[in-house]
Amino acid sequence: MSQLGTEAAPLRVAVVGAGPSGFYATEALLKSEIAAQVDLIERLPSPYGLVRSGVAPDHPKLKQSIEVYKKVAALEGFRFFGNVTVGKDVMPQELRDIYHAVIYTCGAETDRRLGIEGEDLAGSHTATEFVGWYNGHPDYRNREFDFSHETAVIIGQGNVAADVARILSKSVDELKHTDISQHALDALAESQIKTIAVVGRRGPAQAKFTTKELREFLELENCQAAIASEELALNEASQTEVADKKAGVVAAKNMAIFEKMAEDAEQSKVRTCRMMFCRSPIRIEGNGRIERVVLERNELSGEPFSQRASGTGETETLECGLLFRSIGYRGVPIEGVPFHDSWGVFPNQEGRITDGPDGAVVPGIYTAGWIKRGPSGIIGTNRACAVQTVESLMGDLSNLPADRAGTDALAKLLQERGVRSIDFPEWQRIDAEEVSRGEPKGKPREKFTRREEMLQILG
Amino acid sequence: MTTIVTDNCKGCRYTDCVTVCPVACFHYDDEMLYIDPDVCIDCSACIPECPVQAIYEEDDLPEDKQEWLEINAEKAPELPVIEEKMEPLPGADERKAALGF
Ligand SMILES: Cc1cc2nc3c(=O)[nH]c(=O)nc-3n(C[C@H](O)[C@H](O)[C@H](O)COP(=O)(O)OP(=O)(O)OC[C@H]3O[C@@H](n4cnc5c(N)ncnc54)[C@H](O)[C@@H]3O)c2cc1C
Ligand code: SF4
Ligand code: SF4
Repeated sequence: MSQLGTEAAPLRVAVVGAGPSGFYATEALLKSEIAAQVDLIERLPSPYGLVRSGVAPDHPKLKQSIEVYKKVAALEGFRFFGNVTVGKDVMPQELRDIYHAVIYTCGAETDRRLGIEGEDLAGSHTATEFVGWYNGHPDYRNREFDFSHETAVIIGQGNVAADVARILSKSVDELKHTDISQHALDALAESQIKTIAVVGRRGPAQAKFTTKELREFLELENCQAAIASEELALNEASQTEVADKKAGVVAAKNMAIFEKMAEDAEQSKVRTCRMMFCRSPIRIEGNGRIERVVLERNELSGEPFSQRASGTGETETLECGLLFRSIGYRGVPIEGVPFHDSWGVFPNQEGRITDGPDGAVVPGIYTAGWIKRGPSGIIGTNRACAVQTVESLMGDLSNLPADRAGTDALAKLLQERGVRSIDFPEWQRIDAEEVSRGEPKGKPREKFTRREEMLQILG
Repeated sequence: MTTIVTDNCKGCRYTDCVTVCPVACFHYDDEMLYIDPDVCIDCSACIPECPVQAIYEEDDLPEDKQEWLEINAEKAPELPVIEEKMEPLPGADERKAALGF
């Protein structure tokens, strides 16, 4: 047998999930010293993961990372299998029999729950649903959101919460030349929302927004950012955090923006986006649908940079007709792959999947991206993360199984099962069609939001 | 808007920043790194990675460092791209200490 990774015996790898981490893992493999073939398997007909369906439509520059992924797709040895779900159309064990190695890069596709009464009342949603809906993700196409009330509440103070708040804040004119889906634009055009409350468990110095996202709230045409100035008083530990020249840089910049929000008392805009700190929702109430959320005041205690919020018993009620929770994401388990339930990730050591958090390495299966680390970090973080995983894989080459058929075997198996997979040239036809549908509206593209529509293009 | 490498990078060239750049827009010479503003997508991933806080968003660029905006734009396109971590320049740790980090 020739050595794995030579022209005669290329390393055959399946990468599961065509988001940033899937593309960066593929790139690291195809640009490595050894001969490799990579099949990138994606459950949607479209590639690019959250860059397409998460990143906000009014942040088009970030989507230019797609240009890098297109170059990866043009590398020799690349093959795309879109519209194929691992765990349904093909099982993990089957992939292990077909490939020398499998890398799971399937993201963190569900939201953490608040675990409070009333969470599932109509009108109480996850940020994922809303983001997926306005970004044209087929899974969320049929969701409905009621924008006929005056107040919307967002629980969480990270960048996803900021995206949700900003999309609710903007006028249709501010959004209509983005790639936001038409159904969302039409629904948001009717929005009666006047107040958007963004509620955080801890204080302003601990909010997870990046400064850039926060700064955008100062520049909205239609919406005034507001904070009650007493909310910006910092305890001693928080003052220490903000003063720290290294770890406190972002917090200090954020505080300066919060101060501006508190100063700008001018209330002439149609909408107000109010930042509220040190509060946790303890109950959502309403008759058949959400009517109000009960918040408990928190106080912070502990050392700088590890302060915890605990309830004071003091509560207040916020009347609202819509609520989104955005308090973190979890991976979705795939049957046959070890899963760490409390963290919501695939347990691993430097990308090698292990049999449970402290378990032994399971040979031949790897992971990268959000499903490896949990839902933190931005697009580029996944590159360093995927590179580490591929380094681990390269170190294991001599222990990988021999004789794996790769691409042809997967194609055959899918065909036998009647699974219509989509290759990259086919995706490019769909892509071109989206772009031309957007043109007359002055949009970069009008996405197809249903699988059937995409398949129809291919005839 | 763009993102800019400034003179704190000079003489140390720790390259933690390049490993997280999603679009490979860092370029380098013997002294330091530069960002190509036409390729950079302003994702900010590199900023917290830099151990000497050499990288700024344009909006945050201090008055006395404004010249670096142009220097990055001019130099980057002519220099080779750096995609992977390199050894820091000799004396990098001393330089870092001297900058107070
Ligand atoms: C709302 C939102 C906004 C964001 N905004 C920004 C931003 O402005 N800037 C920034 O830098 N970062 C942003 N991020 C973060 C960035 O999107 C993530 O860091 C990145 O997408 C994670 O990459 P990933 O490849 O691990 O996961 P994902 O991008 O989620 O990709 C996972 C892929 O796997 C597929 N998949 C899942 N299960 C299966 C299966 N069983 N079989 C086959 N395929 C499967 C999914 O369909 C998906 O395409 C944002 C994230 C969110 C949620
Ligand atoms: S991490 Fe900072 S010092 Fe190091 S190369 Fe990048 S910009 Fe320069
Ligand atoms: S801001 Fe993002 S794209 Fe620009 S140089 Fe830094 S990591 Fe690269």
